[in-house]
Amino acid sequence: MMTSSADDFATPQRRPRHRADVDTDVDTGIDTGAGTPASGTTGGADAVVAIEGLVVRKAGREILRGVDLRLPAGSITGLFGPSGCGKTTLMRSIVGVQKTHGGRVVVLGARPGSRELRSDVGYVTQAAAVYKDLTLLQNVRYFARLYGASDDQVQETIRTVGLTGQARQKVSSMSGGQASRASLACALVARPKLLILDEPTVGLDPVTREELWGHFRAIAGGGTAIMVSSHVMDEAGHCDRLVLMRDGTILSRTTPAALLETTGSATYDQAFLAVIAHGEAA
Amino acid sequence: MNPQTYAASTVRIVQQLLADHRTLALILAVPALLLTLLYYVFRDVPVPPGVEGPFPRIAVTMLGILPMLLMFAVTSVAMLRERTTGTLERLWTTPLHRVDLIAGYATAFAGTAVLQSLVLCAVTYWFLGVTTAGAAGWVILVAALSSTVGIACGLLASAFARTEFQAVQFMPLFIGPQIFLCGLLVDTDLMPRALQWVADVLPLTYAVDALSHVRENAAMGSDFTWDVVALAAFAAGALALAALTMPRSTR
Repeated sequence: MMTSSADDFATPQRRPRHRADVDTDVDTGIDTGAGTPASGTTGGADAVVAIEGLVVRKAGREILRGVDLRLPAGSITGLFGPSGCGKTTLMRSIVGVQKTHGGRVVVLGARPGSRELRSDVGYVTQAAAVYKDLTLLQNVRYFARLYGASDDQVQETIRTVGLTGQARQKVSSMSGGQASRASLACALVARPKLLILDEPTVGLDPVTREELWGHFRAIAGGGTAIMVSSHVMDEAGHCDRLVLMRDGTILSRTTPAALLETTGSATYDQAFLAVIAHGEAA
Repeated sequence: MNPQTYAASTVRIVQQLLADHRTLALILAVPALLLTLLYYVFRDVPVPPGVEGPFPRIAVTMLGILPMLLMFAVTSVAMLRERTTGTLERLWTTPLHRVDLIAGYATAFAGTAVLQSLVLCAVTYWFLGVTTAGAAGWVILVAALSSTVGIACGLLASAFARTEFQAVQFMPLFIGPQIFLCGLLVDTDLMPRALQWVADVLPLTYAVDALSHVRENAAMGSDFTWDVVALAAFAAGALALAALTMPRSTR
């Protein structure tokens, strides 16, 4: 079934349609990355993040091979792709802890990681990077002090992530989902304009994942641009926009509905495989 | 340097220390226990009548050696934990400046080191019967400075270590030469000239020299002052170097 849909997708007569989608410059086309940098993206001048031709090399190998991307405010962009495709490296480049080797990254009009940005960009790393030997309250309060946020904001943030009852509990004694939300709270307390979440739902049960996506939606509703990475394609449906990556390049920038429609797939997993097949055939 | 983020980091690191009772107990008790062990090792060694045994000299020297080495180990591991759990990378995305983080670690651990020195000195003077011509306060000052050098060098070493395994390899590198050359085993004046030069650039040499000065003299002269200044300079230099070498972004 998957193979046939992938083959189907790669047939020449279907390809012009996708090309045409790209040309209309709407956010639904399958852009194989071969087009102009800004094509197939939204949010022109008001983009929170603008990336052009980003190249990152590690140990002589190109991890990112000319990535172009824009993130608009108030929306959730899902970054999907197999392990090792460069998702984390792309996110680290946006928050400014990654050395880059080409291209340009502009975050809120400034260089990533520059001083004036640090209270505006929240970064939640893959493993819950909080002090597990401290309580939730101690963790959130510490990050609040670093960001210059008030104690009221600390309480409010803990409420937002639904951990009021666990405020005085050590993170080491929390469940995986609670620890993820604790880590999220430490970024949220800054009230960031941009939130970068690296695989925040990995290893969590479906109920907890659903809850977390509810939090992300509420945060985006407040105007924050959110980028969430995941290798679980099922979660694509929660996003406003999708970026599909493979081997350090962006295969496609699309929306969940358009992805299913253009690939003719029933599930996001199938759709992603179809996009890969399409990219390889192109 | 930002007073608010520095203070917040210091408080957070102290909270972590307080949360870990076992580590805190080990930091405070281990040097005193080691010195007590050494006391019993030497207790039955025969000495000619009227001659002082070797233990008091070694004990006072150890008051400089143990704090430096133990705090080096504690600090390099603590900083490495910050790196491997991902919190360090996260901190780099916040307004925190690396100088504030380094200074926070130095302050929190130096406070612990002063407590450690107090325990160690109390045991040495009251339980092990060691006496010094100079006041005990000078010994505590040197012990605290010595441990601060250990903290600073631990932070510097952790900037170069990528894994726990590498961090552990830095310990013999830092500890070995200093123990051999500091004057504990052989008086520095009796060592080959080249080794004397090496000893002159190792901080422990100054700690040991200062402590032997306190042991033998009631008044602290310019030699002692010079030793203390040298120790403080080593600590400040290592801290500055640690702050400079710690990269915000990585390859």
